[in-house]
Amino acid sequence: MKLAFQLAYKNLVGAGLRTWLNVGVLAFSFIIIIFYNGLIDGWNEQAKYDSIAWEYGNGQLLHTEYDPFDPFTILDGHGVLENEQSKNLTPILLRQASIYPEGRMLSVALKGIDANQTTLELPTASLKNSTAKIPAMMGRNMADAANLKKGDEILLRWRDQGGTFDAAKITVAEIFETNVPTVDGGQIWIPISKMWEMTGLENHATYYVANENFQPKNISDWKYKSQEVLLSDLNEIIAMKKISGSIMYLLLLAIALLAIFDTQVLSVFRRQKEIGTYISLGMTRSQVVGLFTVEGSMYSIFAMILGSIVGIPLFAYLAKIGIGMPQASRDMGIPLAERIFPVFGIQLIVGTILLVVIAATIVSFLPARKISKMNPVLALKGKLQ
Amino acid sequence: MKFLSIILIVSLSWLTFNLEAQSTPEALEIIEKVDANMVSKTSIVESKMVIQGRRKSRTVVSKGYSEGDKKSFTEYLAPAREKGTKMLKLDDKLWIYSPSTDRTIQLSGHMLRQSVMGSDLSYEDMMEDRELTDIYDAKVIGEDTLDGQKTWVLELNAKVDDVSYAKRKMWVDQERFVPLKEDLFAKSGELLKRVRLTDFSKTDGRWYPGKMNFKDMLKSGKGTDFIVVKIEFDPEIPPYIFSKASLKK
Repeated sequence: MKLAFQLAYKNLVGAGLRTWLNVGVLAFSFIIIIFYNGLIDGWNEQAKYDSIAWEYGNGQLLHTEYDPFDPFTILDGHGVLENEQSKNLTPILLRQASIYPEGRMLSVALKGIDANQTTLELPTASLKNSTAKIPAMMGRNMADAANLKKGDEILLRWRDQGGTFDAAKITVAEIFETNVPTVDGGQIWIPISKMWEMTGLENHATYYVANENFQPKNISDWKYKSQEVLLSDLNEIIAMKKISGSIMYLLLLAIALLAIFDTQVLSVFRRQKEIGTYISLGMTRSQVVGLFTVEGSMYSIFAMILGSIVGIPLFAYLAKIGIGMPQASRDMGIPLAERIFPVFGIQLIVGTILLVVIAATIVSFLPARKISKMNPVLALKGKLQ
Repeated sequence: MKFLSIILIVSLSWLTFNLEAQSTPEALEIIEKVDANMVSKTSIVESKMVIQGRRKSRTVVSKGYSEGDKKSFTEYLAPAREKGTKMLKLDDKLWIYSPSTDRTIQLSGHMLRQSVMGSDLSYEDMMEDRELTDIYDAKVIGEDTLDGQKTWVLELNAKVDDVSYAKRKMWVDQERFVPLKEDLFAKSGELLKRVRLTDFSKTDGRWYPGKMNFKDMLKSGKGTDFIVVKIEFDPEIPPYIFSKASLKK
């Protein structure tokens, strides 16, 4: 085997440019596969972290009549949880309302949240510390859409529990920056105590966000959604992105493997005398097949080395500074940070190495099989077979 | 002497109070007179709704049939996009038929709070069919002059919980007993909507406005004009008009 590696190495280095072209294309595929997967993994980690920190907490307890995907359920989808049961839970009450920036009407989801909560990263302390009559906070996207800034007053119109209109000015106490659009766009947050007072829905909540000490239990009229269930949509989007991305890099890999395959076919055809010599010197056919296969798979080893020389500094740099995401992508409604920091895990790197090496070995072995059917005498004479 | 003066003052006060009471009618009385003008057993109205947007305005032409305040049927005649759309209201239920989808849907809950064809009116505004006196406590709070007419100013405060507007203020013409203006307020006292009624004419012995302007006071713009092109009071309306079957006809 050692001989096979030595011979393969010498043959490849001796082949010069042909080898380096193959190695170059394979190394490029190698880098692209790791980069793309690293980027998706980085996004996955960031999106999950942000979603948990800003929206999901350790799970949510939703009123059975409330469906987050159906705005018509907001009206009746709320209820009261007994004090003992609401331990380790942050109540959020949701109502529909309108604001009137610059004389136009903007429908908003008005969310009341416990100003003392620490489960979510929402800066509710600013609501607590504000001296305004009705302090409110909103995300940057919402503030931009309504052209509002910190300290601005805006008229809010809502309905109380009987359906009677009410209107009052709210003061923007805080504008927060978040990567989670589902707590930002079209939403205004106010203290839940104020919301109870405004709507007459004392102690009501549409859903509760659990902290890490919450133990899920069956409570009538409420359904518990664990963190995993809440994150499942995000996981599906990311899995879909991975699959759609894999088409692109598998195509690239296929081109590189095709080049190796062609080189192998050419080698077997042009080096018939060499094959005959090996066999006459006592090598078995399978040893010669092995030699040619090792030679082919060695392209992948070279590609790995070249890929590491180029990739390691590049990936280290990208993992440090991140990759900027365009604004248009961030408006899609899924958690996406301004900069994504790719994650190049050991599993990804080892997986990619195995994929490239195994694929290169297979495509090297396929043309080399022909050797086992060769007549060594004809091969020595260099006659076409 | 002192005793006589007291009697005189008390008598004069009593007389003044009574005279005032006689000249200022009760709110209920005013509302009844307004209803006598504005409300008929049945009516057929051909109207134009001019929705004035920020850049351009849109006119929706419709023909409406109503019986009492529980039954009404409206067919939209123009523009082409809305033509053939029909709306049926029976008691507290509202159905809309759309010719483009050939479907009839019943509006409920939040959908009733949506604007009618982009106007300043919501379906819910059109649905309110309870007598004002059933849901509001009315009182006359003063007199005012509006469009050159002397008016009684009525204040109506909600006496039930499930009304859209907690307070209304109504200016009623002292001569013709028609409302000239109505302001609708939020619970906090914020003015939300204003209705202006103008261009009155006498039809079948009743004073009726030729134009009503509904304005969302929190929004900029000129509001929505409801122009009465033709009105018939107490005509015979066949019962099938107020049936779901008529929506698809």
